[in-house]
Amino acid sequence: MLPPTLMFFRMSRHLVGLSVLVVAPALVWLVWLVLAVPAHASPEDNSVVVGMQLEPPHLDPTSGAAGAIDQVLYANVYEGLTRFAEDGSIRPALAKAWEVSRGGTRYTFHLHDQVRFHDGTAVTAEVVAFSLNRARSDTSTNPQKDLLRGIKSIATPDASRVVIDLFDADGLFLFKLAWGDMVIIPPHNVDGLTHTAIGTGPFRVERWVRGDRIMLVRNAEYWRGDVALDGVAFRFIADPSAAVAAVRAGEIDFFPAFPSPENLRLLVADRRFRLVNGSTEGETILAINNQRPPLDDLRVRRAIAGAINREVIIDGAMFGYGIPIGSHFAPHHPDYIDLTDSTPFDPDAAKGELAEAGLATGFSVTLKLPPPPYARRGGEIIERQLAGIGIDVRLVPLEWAEWLEEVFRNKDYDLTIVSHTEPFDIGIYARPDYYFQYDNAGFQALFAELDKASDDDARTQLTHQAQRMIAQDQVNVFLFQLANAGVAHKDLLGVWDNMPTQAIDLTDAYWRE
Amino acid sequence: MGVRRVAVLLASLLATLLVSSLVIFVLLEVLPGDPAEVMLGISATPETIAALRAELGLHQSPWQRYWQWLGGMLVGDFGISYSYRIPVATLIYERMLVTIPLAVYALLLTLVLAIPLALMAANRVGGVYDRMFMAVSQFGIALPNFWFAILLIAVFAVERNWFPAGGFAGWEAGITQAILALTLPAVSLAIPQATILFRITRASLLEVASQDYIRLARAKGLSKQAALIKHGFRNAMIPIVTIMGLQCAFLVAGAIIIENVFALPGLGRLVVQAIGQRDLIVIEAVILLLVGLVVSISFIVDMLYMVIDPRQKERGV
Repeated sequence: MLPPTLMFFRMSRHLVGLSVLVVAPALVWLVWLVLAVPAHASPEDNSVVVGMQLEPPHLDPTSGAAGAIDQVLYANVYEGLTRFAEDGSIRPALAKAWEVSRGGTRYTFHLHDQVRFHDGTAVTAEVVAFSLNRARSDTSTNPQKDLLRGIKSIATPDASRVVIDLFDADGLFLFKLAWGDMVIIPPHNVDGLTHTAIGTGPFRVERWVRGDRIMLVRNAEYWRGDVALDGVAFRFIADPSAAVAAVRAGEIDFFPAFPSPENLRLLVADRRFRLVNGSTEGETILAINNQRPPLDDLRVRRAIAGAINREVIIDGAMFGYGIPIGSHFAPHHPDYIDLTDSTPFDPDAAKGELAEAGLATGFSVTLKLPPPPYARRGGEIIERQLAGIGIDVRLVPLEWAEWLEEVFRNKDYDLTIVSHTEPFDIGIYARPDYYFQYDNAGFQALFAELDKASDDDARTQLTHQAQRMIAQDQVNVFLFQLANAGVAHKDLLGVWDNMPTQAIDLTDAYWRE
Repeated sequence: MGVRRVAVLLASLLATLLVSSLVIFVLLEVLPGDPAEVMLGISATPETIAALRAELGLHQSPWQRYWQWLGGMLVGDFGISYSYRIPVATLIYERMLVTIPLAVYALLLTLVLAIPLALMAANRVGGVYDRMFMAVSQFGIALPNFWFAILLIAVFAVERNWFPAGGFAGWEAGITQAILALTLPAVSLAIPQATILFRITRASLLEVASQDYIRLARAKGLSKQAALIKHGFRNAMIPIVTIMGLQCAFLVAGAIIIENVFALPGLGRLVVQAIGQRDLIVIEAVILLLVGLVVSISFIVDMLYMVIDPRQKERGV
């Protein structure tokens, strides 16, 4: 009797035949792969691939707050009466001109002639009135519906004029109309908005491979004239290391707001790319629950602010990208005043303030952290910094949905870190039920006055006062302005480095010859 | 009897699905977070959020929503996704067109690698091939597939540009493009699984070769080859099929991680996004589908046992 191993040896001729059956297709597969390889080469066509971390859940900018919807569609596909320029200023869009009545309560907009939606229907005054009325109606689910509450009525004396009457003068009315939520949509597509985007912009949506990319092609009939690019593909890559690989493999031309700032130096070491380091509207704050003892004591809030070194947080959490702020206001705004010195980093003075408040031995707080890296990493640094003055911080990481429920809705928190990305949103300090619960009648009166002022000098004065008031009350600890840090191909010109609103406007983008 | 056993297995499959649907639903109800809040962000007023909750049907009681969900599924209606606003069935179908081909591709690679190598190794225990493959498989088992995936991307996509670094432009973009896009993910899923299957197959073949019934078959007058092919291979298949059944489940679970590394729009990424957005109706459907898939695979494996090993039929339940 042969030992079993030898039996196997004997039967190996059979088995070799069997292996060949399996191995042969494997070889065919390998050969096929080698032959197929050249299929992947980046085409030298006149289009751009833009990387984004988050995908829009649907295509309706009028019923979802997801920033990604506006980033893909704002200005590229949909336009409003007015629009944001790269520096944050307000420019004409579908309205070529407007007049404001003397009291500031009546706006007459003159529409461009010959503007058509991508399906060929005309943009008339009625269409504009329909869009705005829909956004402000009782059943509207427009997340920025509140911006339009000042509208009394909308009239359309003829096809190219829209007359809007306001209850009160509103110095920010043109700014409010520029938001991505206020774009003009065709009335016949109301039911199809979430999956069919019919706008007036320079590009129309050609294809959406859900989960992977949205492809836009040039709208040959664009009312403003020629657009340089033939098309744009937005690719959605959530994982930072996948994003790094895609950029390095040359598959992405432009990736604003790159998910991992720590990788940017590696990426721009590649001579094909340049660093994008622009501004956003994101005031990043250590928000304080102003109603919860001992944080309702100004001295305690000042002590917390004095214990925090902003530069260390910007370096540690954002790898140096970000500008320190001293109030809830964007540094690139013309009415900005630098208040970072009003709460300098001074742990000794901070301890003094705590002692005055009767908390010389310190106390404990929770710091609830939403998922973005600025919050998670920033939270760890703040924990150390507050430990320096005897405050014991317990970190509680949360998902966005949990954060919205616990912190934002139920106000069940002591401290949290979040970036407020809406432009000119200092008005949230006039809402006493807003999650940080700052209730100051003086500020509410000041903001009401600012809301109505339409004179530029008066507005500037009031805006300065508002910034100072929330800094003095130390409502929150104002950390830094979130940077738009990303990468762009060196030969891609005309893209925005700044993000004055959630937009990646490619209307004026082109490739260097 | 075989028929009775099949019926019992099928009934337990359905019961598992029903219980899972309840567990999934209850767990997601307990999970904090409101889809309407997530969709509208931090500047929406409470009235707007209430309007959206009503539009999504979230104002109804949990039991009402559970019965609607269950009733809908019985007639093939999985509901409308809260955040994507399209039918859940469409959403899942689109994503399955990535995940299922990826898992099948990986399974094929696993088989093609593991079985022939195991035959070669088992052919001469302690031989050059055997020692070499065993050493390599040691590494393969220790290899985390997401890390291996990053390595593959660095070499074959970033350095060499042979394969895309990630993404999937859809089957419409051409079958070649699609298969290229799935190749690195499939390889990174397959290698760790192949090493496991290799070791099991090798051990199983060796064990069978030393069994008494092989000797008996020889004594009956069968040739050596015929004895092993006819009586041996079949028996060696039982542990192999068991492991492959488990591996199918692992491949689907592994695909969830690998899809994130390669930014592939499959079921895994769908469910991760849906959890973030509290798109409850999508999470429920995908998880139930995965449960169904795993349960069906073990059902198929049970059926295969009966084919391979007729004694299973006699065993009843």
